[in-house]
Amino acid sequence: MARISSSQYLWLGLLVLALILHFSPGPLGAFVTYPTEWVVSVTDQMNVAMRWFVDAFGPVFKAIGWLLEWPVFAAQKILAFLPWSVTCFIFMALSYLASGWRLALFALAAMLYMAGIGYWAESMNSLAIVLISVPMAIAVGFGLGVFGFYSKRARRIIMPLLDLLQTIPAFAYLLPILILFGFGTTVGLVASVLFAFPPTVRNTILGLRAVSAEIIEAGEISGANARQLFWKVRFPAAKSQILLGVNQTTMAALSMVIIASIIGGTNDIGWEVLSTMRKAQFGESLLAGFVIALMAMLLDRITHAFATRDRAISSDEKALKSWHLVLAIAGAVWLLSLVVPALAEWPENLVFDPAPAMNTGLENFILNWRLVLEAIKNSAFFFVMLPVKIGLIQAVSPFTWGFALTPVLSFAYAAALVVIAGFALVRARAAMGVTVLLIGATLYIGLTTMPWAVVLAAFVLLSYQTAGARLAIGTALGLGFLVIIGLWPQSALSIYLCGVGVFICFVLGSGIGIWAAHSQTVSTIVRPVIDTLQTMPLFVILIPFVMIFKIGEFTALLAIIAYAIVPAIRYTEHGLRNLPPDIIESATTLGATPAQLLFKVKLPLALPAIMLGLNQTIIYGISMLVITALVGTNGLGQRIYIGLGDGDFGVGMTAGIGMAIIAMIADRITQSVSLRKQQALGLKTEML
Amino acid sequence: MPGTDPTPLEVKLSCRHIWKVYGTHPDRFFSNKSGRLPDGVDPLNHAQEIRDSNHIVAGANVSFDVHVGEIFVIMGLSGSGKSTIVRCLSRLVEPTAGEVLLDGQNLLDINKRELIEFRRHKMGMVFQNFGLMPHLNVLDNVAFPLELQGIDVKERRRRAQEIIDLVGLEGREASFPSQLSGGQQQRVGIARSLAVKPELWFLDEPFSALDPLIRKQMQDEFLRLQRELHKSIVFITHDFMEALRIADRMAIMRDGEVVQIGRPVDLILNPVDDYVREFTNDVPWELVLTAGDIADPAHKFAKGMGHISADTSVATLLPYLADHEAGVVVRDGDGNDMGVVNARRVIEALASGVQNPAQVGM
Repeated sequence: MARISSSQYLWLGLLVLALILHFSPGPLGAFVTYPTEWVVSVTDQMNVAMRWFVDAFGPVFKAIGWLLEWPVFAAQKILAFLPWSVTCFIFMALSYLASGWRLALFALAAMLYMAGIGYWAESMNSLAIVLISVPMAIAVGFGLGVFGFYSKRARRIIMPLLDLLQTIPAFAYLLPILILFGFGTTVGLVASVLFAFPPTVRNTILGLRAVSAEIIEAGEISGANARQLFWKVRFPAAKSQILLGVNQTTMAALSMVIIASIIGGTNDIGWEVLSTMRKAQFGESLLAGFVIALMAMLLDRITHAFATRDRAISSDEKALKSWHLVLAIAGAVWLLSLVVPALAEWPENLVFDPAPAMNTGLENFILNWRLVLEAIKNSAFFFVMLPVKIGLIQAVSPFTWGFALTPVLSFAYAAALVVIAGFALVRARAAMGVTVLLIGATLYIGLTTMPWAVVLAAFVLLSYQTAGARLAIGTALGLGFLVIIGLWPQSALSIYLCGVGVFICFVLGSGIGIWAAHSQTVSTIVRPVIDTLQTMPLFVILIPFVMIFKIGEFTALLAIIAYAIVPAIRYTEHGLRNLPPDIIESATTLGATPAQLLFKVKLPLALPAIMLGLNQTIIYGISMLVITALVGTNGLGQRIYIGLGDGDFGVGMTAGIGMAIIAMIADRITQSVSLRKQQALGLKTEML
Repeated sequence: MPGTDPTPLEVKLSCRHIWKVYGTHPDRFFSNKSGRLPDGVDPLNHAQEIRDSNHIVAGANVSFDVHVGEIFVIMGLSGSGKSTIVRCLSRLVEPTAGEVLLDGQNLLDINKRELIEFRRHKMGMVFQNFGLMPHLNVLDNVAFPLELQGIDVKERRRRAQEIIDLVGLEGREASFPSQLSGGQQQRVGIARSLAVKPELWFLDEPFSALDPLIRKQMQDEFLRLQRELHKSIVFITHDFMEALRIADRMAIMRDGEVVQIGRPVDLILNPVDDYVREFTNDVPWELVLTAGDIADPAHKFAKGMGHISADTSVATLLPYLADHEAGVVVRDGDGNDMGVVNARRVIEALASGVQNPAQVGM
């Protein structure tokens, strides 16, 4: 028989409270559903404040926006002016210099696809914004990074700011920028700079700090002055790390440029995906989505290769010479394109358009497989999602499950839970017993129908137990704020959908991660798939799921899983593969079977890494959740979308803040679990 | 004392009362910057006082001279403050108090710009973990100090090439540090530190990160270079045997304080305390003791005895003594006979040395 600890009693108390509030709240009804008359709406005030701000400073922002438009227009004009063959050659040359022939061939294929499929102009328009926003983001990021490196005080302000910027979902950035700068190209540019600069800051600080003391001393003793010490010692020694930041910045910029096209008015590739998706022209949508995917992969591979390429191959003088060569050939190609028009503009009759065929094929597929698809969708929805959302108590009905939840069944369910919990308790697993009861009760009542006070108390309790009083207070204030401004129902919906997605990702992803850690074959198959998924801009991932399952929560869930499973797999595999070998060896010598080795040694030791993976899974899940508002999910994401559509700052912004609050609480809880485990185990686990 | 050079040595670098204190207010323990304490204050007590006020004493009243062309070794266990002291000499670490006199000029008085000039032209340093620039190849790493001086590419590469040839790295000029073995990397480190033809050469545990075999090789290499270059050297090590091999004179440090300074043999023969004796215990005496150390002036000279110079090590003598029972006459540098060494004398010295080394040879 195990002893139940005091914190477990607290959880059991909460369970009892949940049951009482749910079944007979009596005078405590306000704790079940927050009364509308108590809601203090802040949206109007925020709109008033914003309007005042725009009236006061609008012209300044408009002027800045006007200034910022010029380089974008210039880049767009240049890319439109250049024959496709020249642009294609330049990208091939870049790829070759960065990595070699294989990447150059990939560049050629990607560029041929863009031109051949007839999306050249749109692709170049998007690329132009990226090409302008990336240097700006790098300049901002590098400047802040260097400042943060030298000044501890600056770092103390910059780091939390970065945390905040990276937890605010991409969508939420757009609204204030839209209101301040007005419709136009600038929105995409500013949003992508803001969204993309944090990785450069982080990696700059990280890289500069990682330069070993001896290298600095070697520079000093050689007589370097302050300027030389930075530009000739610190910076070059940190360059690889900084370039990794540039890689991440480029990917974020592209992702944001694509997302920003949702405000419309721009003839770019993101808009192409979105508008065709809205018209249910999934063939076109998928083809355009491929363009984005290819662009993402190409930019990723090029910048990544520049960051990690072997120093021995590259030397300044050689690079300079090859650049002259590249420019010369580019010039030659351009001259050639004056003679051969096909090289200047992709010939109309060579445009390959498989979209109609794809649409027909898709229709046929859906017609033929309709029953299967619906069966999948409905069973997932009725048997998994609905119970979590509104509880067995409402989800089980003759229509959904084929039978009604009679009192007898309810009683049997409760009895089964108690028996399992009791058995766990006898087997000295009190924590497991309590967990079974909690999960059972939550399933019965439902996450969104759970009294708000109970959910809030549960998060506060969890924060307190994992990270201490400070986070608990923060959690209480943050969630309390959402309750008071009347966003609780939407927040609960978001927590539910994201929670289900994250849970599935975690289980499935850890499983795949474990498998990949033990099998090289699985690892080599999984690695490129998750690499590709990670570089994919968010709403490209939506396309295939929308095509097959139409709009709805199930589609959203699949998209969340596809995107957020990446860190779960990656961190689990990484954690398991990088354990101290002597511990594994000693356990093997002690006679541990492979299963014992996994469950009793490896997994406990890899837990910090797995928790960091969970952390990233949640952040990924939340950013995808917001995008899934496009396919009709309710919750905070939808409010952001509505705010964006109506230009309603208050509505969009409160929802954005709500998302950020939830993301930050989840982030802090998982981070501190990982940190505590790391300290307890004496290990150090890095963010990947 | 036997073996003392009669001509007074020219002092290159003089380190006077160096203190390095870490903590919240390190300056408050010193009334002036010279590091000299008021009369009647014992430095050891003062250091303890500083420790008692929650400060860390990395260097306490450290004083020593480095002569022109001398290898001066600072030996101590990790945490004894030896690395801090060598950094104080070049102001990589700013001493809390004291004086560092280079050719009579106090380095702690000069401004940043002058300091940079000093570093560019007078000092070279070799680091334990090499401290090579990962982004530069061997040639450019060696040329790096020259680059900082603004010397043009051709000239600095030419000069770097000379040094590379000197340290035996020819053929690896285009390699990057990550492609070299530890021993090769440290050759690059040595070459770089010599690129500006410095007068002062600091080596901070240069061979500690290397395999024992390579270490031995590098020590020989280092001694060869020094015979050619005659630098004034401060060499840091935690390895007593290494110190014995290369030191002209050495200092032993503990807890930031210098415990004893002298020639290796002086330390072995007259350790000031048990701490120093700990190190000397494991020393193979026959390698350290020289004929001069154990020559017996009272012993009668016999006809037909051979003679050897005073700095011959006892180990080299052993085969000779095995054949010549009478022994051998020891002669100092000026050709004066110092006394006789025979087999019995050697055995006495080796045996008694273990018990009470202070009496050997006296």
